[in-house]
Amino acid sequence: MAKATRAAFGATLIKLVEEGVDVMAVDADLAGSTTTGKFAEAYPDRMVDVGIAEQNMIGVASGLALAGRTVFTGSFAVFGTGRCWEQIRNTVCDSNLNVKVAPTHSGITVGPDGATHQMLEDIALMRVLPNMRVLVPADYAAACAAIRLAATTPGPFYIRLGRAVVPEVYGDDFACDLAFANVVREGADVSLMACGVEVAEALKAADLLAQDGISAEVVDVMSVKPLDEETILASAAKTGRVVTVEEHSVYGGMGSAVAELLGEKHPVPVTRIGMTTFGTSGEPDELLAHFGLDASGIARRVREVLGR
Amino acid sequence: MSNTLGAQPVRTDGEVALVANRMRHDIIRMLAAAGSGHPGGSLSAADIVATLFFGSVLNYNPADAADPARDRFILCKGHAAPALYAALAEVGYVPREELLTLRKLGSRFQGHPDCHCAPGIEVSTGSLGQGLSIAAGLALAFKQDAAREGADAHEKRVYALTGDGELQEGQNWEALMFAAHRGLDNLTAVVDLNNLQIDGHVTDVCSLGDVCAKFRAFGWNTLEVDGHSVSELRAAFADAQGHKGAPTAIVAHTVKGKGVSFMEDACNWHGNAPSEEQAAQALAELDEAAAALAAACKEA
Repeated sequence: MAKATRAAFGATLIKLVEEGVDVMAVDADLAGSTTTGKFAEAYPDRMVDVGIAEQNMIGVASGLALAGRTVFTGSFAVFGTGRCWEQIRNTVCDSNLNVKVAPTHSGITVGPDGATHQMLEDIALMRVLPNMRVLVPADYAAACAAIRLAATTPGPFYIRLGRAVVPEVYGDDFACDLAFANVVREGADVSLMACGVEVAEALKAADLLAQDGISAEVVDVMSVKPLDEETILASAAKTGRVVTVEEHSVYGGMGSAVAELLGEKHPVPVTRIGMTTFGTSGEPDELLAHFGLDASGIARRVREVLGR
Repeated sequence: MSNTLGAQPVRTDGEVALVANRMRHDIIRMLAAAGSGHPGGSLSAADIVATLFFGSVLNYNPADAADPARDRFILCKGHAAPALYAALAEVGYVPREELLTLRKLGSRFQGHPDCHCAPGIEVSTGSLGQGLSIAAGLALAFKQDAAREGADAHEKRVYALTGDGELQEGQNWEALMFAAHRGLDNLTAVVDLNNLQIDGHVTDVCSLGDVCAKFRAFGWNTLEVDGHSVSELRAAFADAQGHKGAPTAIVAHTVKGKGVSFMEDACNWHGNAPSEEQAAQALAELDEAAAALAAACKEA
């Protein structure tokens, strides 16, 4: 069943505790929205709500981690990475703590809340930090796997979760390891490298392109840092043309990470599809279409760059 | 107050003051060798740090810096790293002569504390305003640990040392609210109130107003002491350890650059290292003070 990736947050933490993994969560007055509230209902002592104070959220999480806990932090992506970026840098990452930054409501699919609440720079902010790993799950099952991977791997993680319901890409038994990218559809003419909600859109775009005789390969770049270099390079070598797609700024995001890798190891033409402006209010589907980030927008762009 | 981890001497107030003097000596030596760094705030904090480590306040194991049963000390004002490093040398975690590598490439003693480098540094600090939140998270975890272990469990304590200029950072007030709300009575914050920051006197740059009233308004048990009086500091720490239901703030009135006449209450000594000549004069003054302290100890 299609669900939002944020729904995986509280649910997976509950499962992890049931399995004996000693996880805690710290949130900043958004427990209902991030779903850490569900975790709090099940395990009240394992969830700490600090109120509307994201910098303190990261500090308290760091203290709990120093005392041996594995701690997930919540809030919305814009506040949970932006307001407290320097705390994440200087406390979590410099001290290499077991803090997993997992805010929800990333990207334009936040919807009606509008530009101030649609975080478009979080991948960029997180991936530049030493010790930080960055995961952008494509669907509910991938989000569960990402949270599980972060909980059982020492050190800082960023997990990008979203508000909107996203179609299923994977089955419930999906599992991943670090540096994970996955060819979700094979193709020959162009590689669509997507992350998060854009994986489902890229798959639909590949269907549209097939109608025009364009064979698009779709690669889920779930781990933006570290990158699965082998999978990405193999796909680029196979098709010779890469288009990246993300509901994030084209500056510094997944597309930039892929372009950096290809530029150094296997230069091919790269087109980055993403955001270059702030978002605006609207329903998630409307916004994806408005900003050319839905299947037809992606297909249109691919036809342009291929000259077809 | 007692140290339950490892054998440590019980020192008189005068003996603790002598240790603080020795730490000041080390602070001057290492800063002169480094050629850069922060003497003012290190010297103002020396008696506070000495009382914590050598006045039987902080519970730690001299044979094992990572002993899980230890209390935690968080140096929020990380630029006073030389004071912490001097204490670590005094404990014996690091060789005293290694302090002279301060701020040099390859040294275990960075300009601000880095927890991967030397034993006894709990977390990397130096970016102001973050330490109290970390301390609060630790204190909460220790409360939960003790609750899980049962009624007789030993509850570990957390001590955080902030500057006064540092309190201009808003995150501190988030942490103060949180710690009081959670009743973290195993947390003690000491404010090294030396009234100087880089740009001038705190009261001129952006006054904190009545700091004690602010801490009280945030629900903290608040004490005011002379931050260079070991006996007053000890009494305050004892009060903090006995106080239930709320965290304790010890507002310690200090003099920036304390112990070196030309550095005292002088803004330019926040972030400048002494020259060789200046260091020699400073060390001579400290030696003189040490002789007086030692004589007083003998009389007592």
